[in-house]
Amino acid sequence: MPAAPLLQIATRYLAPILAVLSLLVLYRGHNLPGGGFIGGLLLAAAILLVAIAEGWDVVNKKLPVDPLTLLTLGLGIALLSGLPSLFFGQPYLTGQWLPGLELPIIGKVKLGTPIVFDLGVYFAVTGFTLKCANAFAEES
Amino acid sequence: MWLVAVVIVPLVAALGAGFIGRIPRSARPGVLFLPAFLAWIGLLVCGISAFQGNLPTAFSLAWFPQLEVNLDFNLTGLGWLLGLLITGIGSLILLYAGGYMGGAKQEARLYAYLYLFMFAMLGLAFSDNLILTFVFWELTSVVSYLLISFKHEYAEARRNALQGLLITGLGGMALMAGFILLASATGTWRISELALLGDQVVQHPHYIGILTLVLLGAFTKSAQFPFHVWLPNAMSAPTPVSAYLHSATMVKAGVFLLALFTPILGQTPAWTWTLSLVGGITFLHGCILGLLHQDLKKILAGTTIAVLGMLVFLLGLGTDKAFHAAILLLLAHAFYKASLFMMAGNVDQATGTRDLRRLQGLRRLMPWTALTAGLAAFSKMGLPPFWGFIGKEYAYKAGLDTAVPIWGTGTLLLGSLLLFAIAVKVAIIPFWTKPAATSAESKVSEVKLTMRWPPLTLAMLGLLTGLAPSFLQFPVDKAVATITNAPFEASIYLWQGFNLPLLLSGLTVLGGLAFFGLTRSPLLNRLAFKPLADSIYDICLKGVLDTAKHTTKTLQSGYLRNYLLIILASTFVLVFYKLYRFGGWPSLDWSGAGQPLILGVLLLMVIAIWSATTAHSRLVALISLGSLGYGVALIFAFFGAPDLAITQILVETLTVVLFAWVIAKLPDYHPLSSQRSRWIDAGISLTAGAMLTVLVLKAQIIELGPRISELMVDWSLPQAFGANVVNVILVDFRALDTFGEVIVIAIAALGVWALLTRPYQPKPKPASNPNPSKKES
Repeated sequence: MPAAPLLQIATRYLAPILAVLSLLVLYRGHNLPGGGFIGGLLLAAAILLVAIAEGWDVVNKKLPVDPLTLLTLGLGIALLSGLPSLFFGQPYLTGQWLPGLELPIIGKVKLGTPIVFDLGVYFAVTGFTLKCANAFAEES
Repeated sequence: MWLVAVVIVPLVAALGAGFIGRIPRSARPGVLFLPAFLAWIGLLVCGISAFQGNLPTAFSLAWFPQLEVNLDFNLTGLGWLLGLLITGIGSLILLYAGGYMGGAKQEARLYAYLYLFMFAMLGLAFSDNLILTFVFWELTSVVSYLLISFKHEYAEARRNALQGLLITGLGGMALMAGFILLASATGTWRISELALLGDQVVQHPHYIGILTLVLLGAFTKSAQFPFHVWLPNAMSAPTPVSAYLHSATMVKAGVFLLALFTPILGQTPAWTWTLSLVGGITFLHGCILGLLHQDLKKILAGTTIAVLGMLVFLLGLGTDKAFHAAILLLLAHAFYKASLFMMAGNVDQATGTRDLRRLQGLRRLMPWTALTAGLAAFSKMGLPPFWGFIGKEYAYKAGLDTAVPIWGTGTLLLGSLLLFAIAVKVAIIPFWTKPAATSAESKVSEVKLTMRWPPLTLAMLGLLTGLAPSFLQFPVDKAVATITNAPFEASIYLWQGFNLPLLLSGLTVLGGLAFFGLTRSPLLNRLAFKPLADSIYDICLKGVLDTAKHTTKTLQSGYLRNYLLIILASTFVLVFYKLYRFGGWPSLDWSGAGQPLILGVLLLMVIAIWSATTAHSRLVALISLGSLGYGVALIFAFFGAPDLAITQILVETLTVVLFAWVIAKLPDYHPLSSQRSRWIDAGISLTAGAMLTVLVLKAQIIELGPRISELMVDWSLPQAFGANVVNVILVDFRALDTFGEVIVIAIAALGVWALLTRPYQPKPKPASNPNPSKKES
């Protein structure tokens, strides 16, 4: 791939911002537009941007996990997030919540299994998109 | 509980049969005999005790209690009699099979199947739940398939096994449907409860449907005309199998079912007419088949069909006397037919042929088999003092006692004449004629002991029970009581004085001998003939296969565009039909469209469509489509669906990116399709668009139930602590659905990976690539 300096420099700033944004979108999804699906797509977009600018070699080297592993990880998290409700005699995947926390800077935080479930979706969507892109790109 | 124990014994034996190879060959027949014999003793003793009230007659174990489908077992007189025949004859057959197979290849498989079959039949005899009955019913069909195709290296055995399975299997499906209909009409799955309902079933509007389906099941299993075709072909099974399944037990399952359902479905004109007509035709047709064939086993199969027809005919007559006669005949047939089959097996094994024209003068060479054949044949002919005589006398009595005696008695007389003639042909001629001059058969010697005694025992039973019929009165009375659904008691006499049935018996003997004379004419001694019904079966099967082949060829063209066209076209037809039939037409709400922002977006979208359809480069088309998607996203955002809008934008973006990678790999863009196919494509696209538009519009006005979305909005914050109801639905209210979708995503990713990754290529053979330096290719 021919070097495209403009894109490379832009990516250097954009990709981290997109990645952080994706986490933000994931977290705020419960109360505002966003969520695991959108977050996952955003993260995938950030990584694909690197792939376009720097090539897949860089992505494969820098990415700690393989897309398929990421996908499996997402599935596993989503699967496990439904289990706690069983301990309380409720149907599988019933949401369980911790009492609200007051944290500095961030403010009021409410954590529960639906957020964990959404994290699973987030990883799965990212893994799926990366795997497809990777397969398209490497097929030759 | 004891009932289940009896049913389980053969199953355990079937599982243990695999270890038969570890037992010395000489002990095998005895070891095989034992479990069945134990089951017989247990059934006899416990059965008598249960009928006297000392043991429970019912047993139930929960299976699917929510569906009222349970392991219900119940002891009925009829089931008891059938169970005694299954285990009693079964023990003799297994003893015989141990001798007959004696060390043959895969003998353990045969024994396992035979015991598995015994298990299925016992379950059928004692099941009190329609579903359980069906399960055992089908199991007998499956085991029959495995047994007919036992010599699976022969194409004919495979073909005949499939024929049996297809015919009885289709009947089984009809039976299942009939049972479901029956249960939905009455609200119970238990046969014992159904029998108490009186004529509630008979008066139900679905009665004719239930009757037709149940009769189809029973008729196919019991080889009634015109479904009889599979039974003569089932003779390609080893002889012990023919003696057991296809004469004494399995084919009786249909008759058993009819008898069991007589109190539930019987005694209506439809029942009486169908049973007596089908039974009568089968009776005579089976006799004719027996006369035409020259193969010992096929002749016997013909007479089996005939007797099954006779039993159905008697059940159809519907009087207590007819039921009584049917049970007596069923017993007689079980005794002599199994014995005759084993006799045929002995002759086959000793001489190497079953062709009647080649079998002569075997009396001296095989005295024991000749004796067996004679005794069994006398019972079959209906000569005194054999049990067969009693059965025939009572049948004549029942025939004379009907509304139109001439028909009933006439059919029985004609059939009995023919059976008499066949009995002479099968069991007398091969033994009692002059030995042939050729020396080929002089080497023949009598078969071993384990093959001599089982058939002789059964044949002797036909004589002894005839001499002392009162021994069998108890089980016969109990069995008839199940059919009449009322207590029944009738003494059985061998000698009933000089009366009309006796005269008819005399006529049977004279007529039978006369008929036998006719069959000696060379005209009937053709080698092999193929019954018409068999040809019809072949034509039907070929038709089904050809249709399947043709449909596959038409639908599975191998071109993606054709598949898409078929899928889309069928979707259009079905969806538009439903849209046309269901609900009214929506009135369009244009109120939001007039705003300048929306108008601008719409204009952009139209330009994007125009650009995409007329583009001369893939990249341009792709980006145009992407802008179209952005337009949609803007509309989403404008009408207050930010989640949807964000998702749409991201998906559009990523799609373009993914496509861009693919495009780089595709060949240059050339418009290759003709003008005509482009117009067709345009038509398809426009139809798809129109369909979706109408669908979306109608979705707004059609309400199938109360709307749940308001409830979800109300619950979102207080119950799930989330203000974004879309997300709460995804991760909480409908989390399981989302989880399913995530799994779909995972499968899709694996699919993409599998499609695009280079397929596994086996290493080139060393011979084809002798030069290792050519590796780079």
